[in-house]
Parts: sequence; structure tokens; C-alpha cells
Amino acid sequence: MTKQEIKSVLMEIVAEIIPDEDLTNLKDDIPIREQVELDSMDFLDIIMELRKRYGIEVPEDDYTQLATIESSVAYLEPRMRDL
Amino acid sequence: MIASKPNKARIVITGIGLTAPNGNNLTEFRESLLTGKSGVQKFNVRYMGEVLAGVCNFDPLRYQKKKELRRGTRAGSVAIYCAHEAINDAKLDLACLDKSRIGVYIGITEHGNVDTEKQIYEIKQFDYDTTFVSHHYNPRIVANNPAGEVTLNTGITGPHYTLGAACAGGNIGLIQGFQMLLLGEVDLALAGGVSETIHAFGAYASFRSEGALASHVEPEKACRPFDKDRNGVVVSEGGCIYLVERLGDALKRGASIYGEIVGYAINSDAFDFVLPNSQRQAECIKIALGKAGISPADIDIINTHATGTREGDAAECQAISKVFGNHTNVYINNTKSYIGHTMGAAAALELAGNLPSFEDHIVHPTINVDQLDPECSFKNLVINEPRKVDKVNYILNNSFGMLGINSVVIIKRFE
Repeated sequence: MTKQEIKSVLMEIVAEIIPDEDLTNLKDDIPIREQVELDSMDFLDIIMELRKRYGIEVPEDDYTQLATIESSVAYLEPRMRDL
Repeated sequence: MIASKPNKARIVITGIGLTAPNGNNLTEFRESLLTGKSGVQKFNVRYMGEVLAGVCNFDPLRYQKKKELRRGTRAGSVAIYCAHEAINDAKLDLACLDKSRIGVYIGITEHGNVDTEKQIYEIKQFDYDTTFVSHHYNPRIVANNPAGEVTLNTGITGPHYTLGAACAGGNIGLIQGFQMLLLGEVDLALAGGVSETIHAFGAYASFRSEGALASHVEPEKACRPFDKDRNGVVVSEGGCIYLVERLGDALKRGASIYGEIVGYAINSDAFDFVLPNSQRQAECIKIALGKAGISPADIDIINTHATGTREGDAAECQAISKVFGNHTNVYINNTKSYIGHTMGAAAALELAGNLPSFEDHIVHPTINVDQLDPECSFKNLVINEPRKVDKVNYILNNSFGMLGINSVVIIKRFE
């Protein structure tokens, strides 16, 4: 997967998890939780979806690296580039 | 006796919110009951394939955000819809109420099996790897879930819990609300029952294994209490929550009053896991009449619990005969014949369907009786056609459940 593909997968997952939010103006470099209502249980949904869809395990210590879309893509790219 | 009680010791119903398989508010539900409209249909369930069920079609997004729906349970969604509808029906504005003085008391038959089945199905796709169990699973299956979801949605901060009472749940929820108001624990109670059971394959499969799952080529004819050819229970979903308050408070704010809760009883068969016991049911009815300070002759309508099983219907008829005699003038009907067995919601929902009788003096019938079982024959069993009557002052609501829990609620017309 390319970085762009990873980003669109991520956006698709986030849209499913917080269906009431408008994501059109979501900034890539600002923490998602500062821009939309996304609580810790929602965040765990992102982790679960990555596990279910792509078999990716994100250890708890790495959660902070998924704060923004940009940092998430950077974190996931080495793990998803061969998918 | 009742009239001598102070207004703060008299508890009245001032709002009703409901969803039934044949109506999403009391007006629609009553209309269906008076026109013979069933809510039973074909329904597909995991592992079972096509079954018969009573399915509700209320709009959950009227009161919930999409995220709430995704996170919560069907029972929670039903409860939230009914709670809001009850508050609105009572002409109360949630924003103007002291939310710490509202209690939420919801009867359930069971809770958690729908999501348990779902989780096991989901992890099966991953070779039963339990790391795929959702982090939402625990908050979905805790027993207080349906009541708790109401508080999360409304911001009510008073007490909330469910009451596990098998198929008597709806009456027990209402009784709990009554008691908490009487104790002064709360000023308003949202009380009743809900069910999401149709989404669990286990319920159908277990009834089938008991030989108690209804079947019929025409779904709307499958639930047929008192008919010779009845062959079991139709599993249904639904909810009914009452807004209940002390009479003094209701009068002070000029509320419309559906009726007064004047009698109730709960007892136990101490007899069998599933089989009913007519003697204990009769005792339960007598205790409720005693609490109301009235005699059997005062009751105008009995809403029967009868689910459409051979043993259950017959036992209830025996219990009624023990208390009322065979030649009683009380009108007897059944609401499950339209909507199936809405489990935790059944008692509350079926009572609601009868409350308009105080005003319109019509008793809705039990439908689908083609050949009356002689064991269930009563002089004033209202069959297939509504009956216009001279007066309705008292309605008695029977509701019984597995493990031998019996419950009776008596409502008096408010004057």
C-alpha cells in the first residue's frame, strides 16, 4: 500500500467510527482528538479495525504515534507497504 | 381506601413511550389492537434461518446519534426511544427538570446474550482468537445496560438499573418505579420494560427444543393464545416505559393522568423452572387485589399473560377461575396474539394497550381464536372482535415468567 492508500483506509475507518462527524476539513498534522469528538473507546476501535482488516498489532506503548493522520500514516507505512 | 391516601402516597402514570411490532406510539398501537393488525412477520436469524418474530420499526435516530447506535445495544436503543417518548408524552421538558431526581427502572427478561452470540460469531471468523473480542463487549452486556444507556443519552443522574424478572420484567420495572416514588427516592420515574431478544438465535432454538416455538404458514396467525391449535411462543422485541409520578406533583403541574397504580403483587411458584403454577398465580392476583382494597368483582378487564402454549394458557385460566369464578363479568383479553411475546417489555406494553379503555370503553380482543380451547373458555373472553362496554374502572395486568415469578399490576381509572 502507498502512503495515500494507507491514509484513505485510515480515513474510512475513522468515518465509520465517528459517523456523526464531518471529516472534510480534518487537518493531517493536528491530533484527531483535538478536531473531532473521538474518545478512548473510539480510538480502540481504530486499533481493532487495523487488527481485523490487516492483521496489524499496535502495542499500547505506540498508541501516541497514532495521534494525527500524518503520524499514523508514518507509523503504519512500514507495516502496510507490502499489503 | 385508596381515596383516603394522601396525594404523595398515590402514584399515577402521566406519560407513555412505547414501540411495539405494530405501533411506535400509543395511538398507533391502540389502533392496531382495535383493527386486528398483527406485528408478527418472517425474520432471518443467524443459524436459525427464517423464523417468525415481532419486529419493531421505530426510528432510533430520532433520539440517538449514529455513534451512540453503533456503540450501544438494541435494548438500549429501544429504551432510549421509549424514555424520550414518555417524557414528551408527559409534556415534560427534560432541560427544565432536576435530573438527579429521576430514576430509570427497566425490566428485562435477560440481557447480554445478543452481543455474546455476536462476539462468538465474530471471533469464529478469526479461528476463535479472543484478541478480536470487542472492547465494547462488557459495557454492552452488563445487566444495567438498557437503563444506563438512557442516562447516558438523557443526562439523567438519578438511579438507574434493570430488573431481571424473566417475562414478568415489564410489571416489575413499573412496580419498582412505584415503590421508589413512594419512598421519596426520586420525583419522577421512567419505569417499564424492554426486549431485544429477537436478535439472539438461542431464544428461538431453546423454545424450539422445549417444543414451545410457534409456527404457522401465516405469520400473523402464529400467536394464538386460547386456541386449540396454539403451538407455542412467538419471540418479539419491543419496549414500553411509563413516566410515573406522585399524584400531588402531577396535579400541581396539570398533567394528564392515564391511571393510578393501586395494586400490585410479586410472588414465586417455588415449583418448576418452566412450568407455571396456577395456585401461586391465583395467590398473586389475590395479593394485588388486597393491596388495592378491592374485590374481584371490581375488575373490568384482565390482560392475560397467556403466550400461546398449551400448559401456560391453561394454568392462567385456572388461576383466573380460582379468583374470579367461572361466571365472572370481568372482560378477559390478550395482547400477545397481535405482537407475540415481547419478553421484558410484554407486561408494560400489554398494559399500555389496554389503558385507553378507561376513556373509549372498548376492550380489544384476543385474535386468532378459531377454535376456542374449552379449558380457556370464559363468559367474557373477548375474542376476535372488540367489545364496547359500559364502564372500565380497573384493569388487572398479569405477567408471569420462568423460574416461577408471578406479577400482577392493577390500574384504576383516574377521576
